[in-house]
Amino acid sequence: MKRCRKCGERAVIYMRQHRLALCKEHYLEWFVEQTARTIRKYRMFTKHDRVLVAVSGGKDSLALWDVLWRLGYQADGLYIGLGIDGGIAYSDRSREVVEAFAQERGLHLIVEDVPTLYGESIPEMARRTHRGRGKPCSVCGLVKRHIMNRVARDHGYTVLATGHNLDDEAAVLFANVMTWQVGYLARQDPVLPARDGLVKKVKPFFRFYERETAAYALLRGIAYIYDECPFAQGARSIYFKEVLNRLEEERPGTKLQFFLGFLKAKKQGAFAAIQEQAEGELHACEVCGQPTTAPGRCAFCRLVTPLTSPTPTPSP
Amino acid sequence: MKDKARGTATLILRDQTFTVPAGITVREAIRHVGLVPESVLPTRDGELIPEDERLQDGDVIRLVAVISGGWA
Ligand code: SF4
Ligand SMILES: [Zn+2]
Ligand SMILES: [Zn+2]
Repeated sequence: MKRCRKCGERAVIYMRQHRLALCKEHYLEWFVEQTARTIRKYRMFTKHDRVLVAVSGGKDSLALWDVLWRLGYQADGLYIGLGIDGGIAYSDRSREVVEAFAQERGLHLIVEDVPTLYGESIPEMARRTHRGRGKPCSVCGLVKRHIMNRVARDHGYTVLATGHNLDDEAAVLFANVMTWQVGYLARQDPVLPARDGLVKKVKPFFRFYERETAAYALLRGIAYIYDECPFAQGARSIYFKEVLNRLEEERPGTKLQFFLGFLKAKKQGAFAAIQEQAEGELHACEVCGQPTTAPGRCAFCRLVTPLTSPTPTPSP
Repeated sequence: MKDKARGTATLILRDQTFTVPAGITVREAIRHVGLVPESVLPTRDGELIPEDERLQDGDVIRLVAVISGGWA
């Protein structure tokens, strides 16, 4: 029987990669402390920053908002309604969960509803534009990134925080390495500094295993959406996570080494040449004013402007 | 051929149910049914339980899936 390293009581969780066993109370404490350390170590933000947390209703983003609130950061939430039903009223239910969470803690939540704002749900946009081979995830990602940056800029937030954990990051890295998408490798980072109209982006949970963020949500009693977005089923990300967990099972610490090793190599300049290319000049989109790589309309505006967009199009 | 003297325990993951022999640890039971312990959290009556706990006859363990997907 494993005992808590701090108090000697019976441990509820054992993290093999750290050889660390903790009881409930000390696990909750450890998790909050570790987040604070990561935020400081990677210079993500300070108490002076206004942080916007992207919350989906899932365990990671709600756990992140909870921890930032406990640590006394100025953290507001942004929920983006995607208009996804999937027979389980996914978007409606996740919105309810997020609203209840914010209300219980007296936190400020901004809600942006895609169908209300742009006249179409995410799956409808994907269908109309024939993007993503039956899965709306690429459209969804594009729309979410656009809205997050716009809201952050419009409301004066200095940092955008997302709940991505180490398993998310390792799975993305694994997928990009399998296909040698070097451009993506250069851009993957838990801290993306602000530039040319893009608000700084950070991932304070990137050193936690997904198991740890789930354990935090569970032990803290956070009510989160357990059902997945229906489009996540059979996603490549899940497959890669499973594969990595099988490796982890045989050799504890594999996932962490894989990702931290990548960050180290990157810091040493292993991807410098591609990074320069990836960081080419950004232009302001002629419709919405948000940064885009090519002059003209940004990818978001090319996606939504066929319809009546709430942003008036300035005459050229 | 189950050991009657020791009985069995049940593992539940979403809509799947597995029967395992009692007396083994939670971790062993998870591996026994072909799942990866790293991908689930074992709970009893909503409370997280340690993986080294030995299963008793009649135990019902709910496994909380920790992996979520979506590429965004
Ligand atoms: S699974 Fe795809 S569609 Fe669903 S929320 Fe994630 S990115 Fe969007
Ligand atoms: Zn303790
Ligand atoms: Zn635009």
